[in-house]
Amino acid sequence: MPKKIWKSAMAIVALAVSGAITPAIASAESSIVIGLQQEPTSLDPTSDATASIDGMLAQNVYESLTTVNQAGEVLPQLAESWTVSDDGLNYTFTLVKGATYHDGTAFDAQDVVFSFDRAMAEDSVNPSKGLFKSIESVSAVDSGTVEIKLSKKDAFFLFNMAQGDASIVASESYETNNATPVGTGPFKYDSWTRGDKLVLAKNANHRNAGSVALDRVEFKFISDAAAASAALLSEEIDAFPGFPAPELLPQFEADPRFNVVVGSTEGEVILAMNNSKPPFNDVRVRRAINHAFDRDEIIDGAMYGQAVPIGSFYPPHGPAYVDLTSTYPHDTEQAKALFEEAGVAGSTMTLRVPPFPYATRSAEIIQAQLAEAGIDAKVENVEWGFWIDEIYKKQNYDMTIIAHTSPNDLGNFARGPKYFYGYDDADYNDLWNRISSEVDPEARNALLQEAQQYLTGQAVHGFLFQLPQLGVYKTGVDGFWPSRAVLFQPLAGVTMN
Amino acid sequence: MGYFLLRRTISFIVTLFVVSAVVFAVMNILPGDPALTILGLDATDDALAALREELALNDPVITRYGQWVWGALRGDFGVSHSFRVPVSELVVERLPLTISLAISGMVVTVILALVLGIGAAAHHRKAGDWGVMFLSQLGIAVPAFWLSILLVLLFAVKLRWLPPGGFPGWSEPLGAIRALILPTVALALVQAAVLARVTRSSALEVMRLDYIRTARAMGFSRQRVLWRHVLPNALIPIVTIVGLQFAALVTGTIVIENVFYLPGLGRLIFQSIANRDLPSVQALVMLFAAIVVTANFIVDLLYLAIDPRLKARS
Repeated sequence: MPKKIWKSAMAIVALAVSGAITPAIASAESSIVIGLQQEPTSLDPTSDATASIDGMLAQNVYESLTTVNQAGEVLPQLAESWTVSDDGLNYTFTLVKGATYHDGTAFDAQDVVFSFDRAMAEDSVNPSKGLFKSIESVSAVDSGTVEIKLSKKDAFFLFNMAQGDASIVASESYETNNATPVGTGPFKYDSWTRGDKLVLAKNANHRNAGSVALDRVEFKFISDAAAASAALLSEEIDAFPGFPAPELLPQFEADPRFNVVVGSTEGEVILAMNNSKPPFNDVRVRRAINHAFDRDEIIDGAMYGQAVPIGSFYPPHGPAYVDLTSTYPHDTEQAKALFEEAGVAGSTMTLRVPPFPYATRSAEIIQAQLAEAGIDAKVENVEWGFWIDEIYKKQNYDMTIIAHTSPNDLGNFARGPKYFYGYDDADYNDLWNRISSEVDPEARNALLQEAQQYLTGQAVHGFLFQLPQLGVYKTGVDGFWPSRAVLFQPLAGVTMN
Repeated sequence: MGYFLLRRTISFIVTLFVVSAVVFAVMNILPGDPALTILGLDATDDALAALREELALNDPVITRYGQWVWGALRGDFGVSHSFRVPVSELVVERLPLTISLAISGMVVTVILALVLGIGAAAHHRKAGDWGVMFLSQLGIAVPAFWLSILLVLLFAVKLRWLPPGGFPGWSEPLGAIRALILPTVALALVQAAVLARVTRSSALEVMRLDYIRTARAMGFSRQRVLWRHVLPNALIPIVTIVGLQFAALVTGTIVIENVFYLPGLGRLIFQSIANRDLPSVQALVMLFAAIVVTANFIVDLLYLAIDPRLKARS
């Protein structure tokens, strides 16, 4: 009896394996499989903050009034042009003609009004409701023109309106966007197997359909780094724009089948200190910690050398960047002296880290570096839900390590004492107010530099490095942005050879 | 028999009830905030408040539990907080994969273990026996996730015989079978190693008994004696372990589904716990508990089938 079973089992295996040997049938259709680490639970960027929703769908399935390019410059999208009143408070948008939703309904000014009113409403659950807070009213002048009145000047308004949270949705379909998204973009929803993959198809009716190369896009969700690596090596996927493991890159760099592209994200990785709590309310302690750690060692050990150090809270690829990494040179003796002066030499501090490799690995190195400076740092690895509740909501921590991935987030330091930094500084609040209402780019960049210098001077946190964007692409895949100023990645410009 | 069934049904219901209360309590004690998890770190206070209202998170725990029980009794397991679709829909989507994986894992485990275990017993203290004992020791020591990675590197990356992960669904039967081979082997090898040792020692014990010697003396072939006389009488401990292993296989899919990126229940429960998605966690833990309790029940029924003496006693 066992022999029989064995035989039939072998037959099944042989049958199954033979499928692998059959050569793939070449198709004229241009199709790409993109690996993603983060699996979304919803497909609606206007009600869920999961970054991969924006990453897959913003400016691909959904469109916004504006869009941005790789460098972060604002470009027209559903608004083909706009004018701004002299006082900077009135924006008049002229909408594109001929845009339609994927379900066939027409796009017009009423959809814009509906989307904004919904995002701004009292019961709105928009994850970035703050983006809309400078808006006073949104009205349709006619079917092709929208007027938006601001209550105060907003330097980031046009940039913010490009984000997935400001997608223009239709009143007919918004309720089911979480599972079957309907937008006006160059790609339309095809199918979604939760936990497995999302498939998009080219929208032949899009106004720019002629310039879209891909016919089919499949996003495959692979959270495990080793599995992601295996999927690439066995050519099951063509691109992994946010590859999770820097330590696995060398094998792809050595393999002619792949291109490895190391770019930058908007994510500043910081060693956050609880500024409201002793001893971190003492600037000497914060400076001592800044002297105690060694960025190069952290980047080598935690990121395998694949990251750019930062000295403040602003990305090195941004137009207003100032290099402040040498403000507090790595100097264990000076750190010891400052700890001594502040009366905390030899004390114990906790470092609670969320379950992200960049954070857990950095924590171990920082722990060793603090030990050299005479501080006993207890590393506690916590789960993400715990982090959100205990550290973010309740400020129950000494130090933590976290990446802030939003663009233009210097405003975090002006969020008051209830924000988890516990940082409250009237001078900085005033500076941020000036930044956010300065519409002249030159003047704003000067203020942004002032803000970076100010925060570094206060040593609010330890500023560690900019989170890299590690992309692994099959040779022939082109058009992915190496670095991004936003969460989304337009696929209209992506090609496969 | 009727009394036996009644007692089992009551303990089934009580178990599920206790499990539901424990899960509800644990999920509420655990630090975390579903609204903040969904809306992210840039969310404004009023948006968070609006979402908490929408998800009814502001109601007292007892009220929410009561509502949940009332719904569950009528077959309504609620709407997932993070997916915003009925939990039953999520479970129905993913159940076929996890069940296929657990069953195929169990079948491979049992076949491998019986063949190796009985074979080892038949060649007691010879090379074959030592070989099986050594391999099973290795199998017990190797973690399933590590074995998975090795299997993927060899069969998917190097030889390209099988896919490294993913599941195309049962609408593509051939693709589905191919996708399940490596995860099944990864799940089964470790369990088979344990079961083979149990089979071997149980068989050895039976082989020492007089009636086996008698059977051999009467001229029955070695194979016939092994499979017809030794095995059935060695089955009680084997079935006990298989019952426990089925539970381990079902929960073991949580790890395996992550390594092979399979969209099954294991990955769903992992994600739901991370998202503090109480309705999903609640329903999934209940389902896992129900599967385990059912497996134990089947084991008890098998005892009766294997050993008629037990039937007489009950």
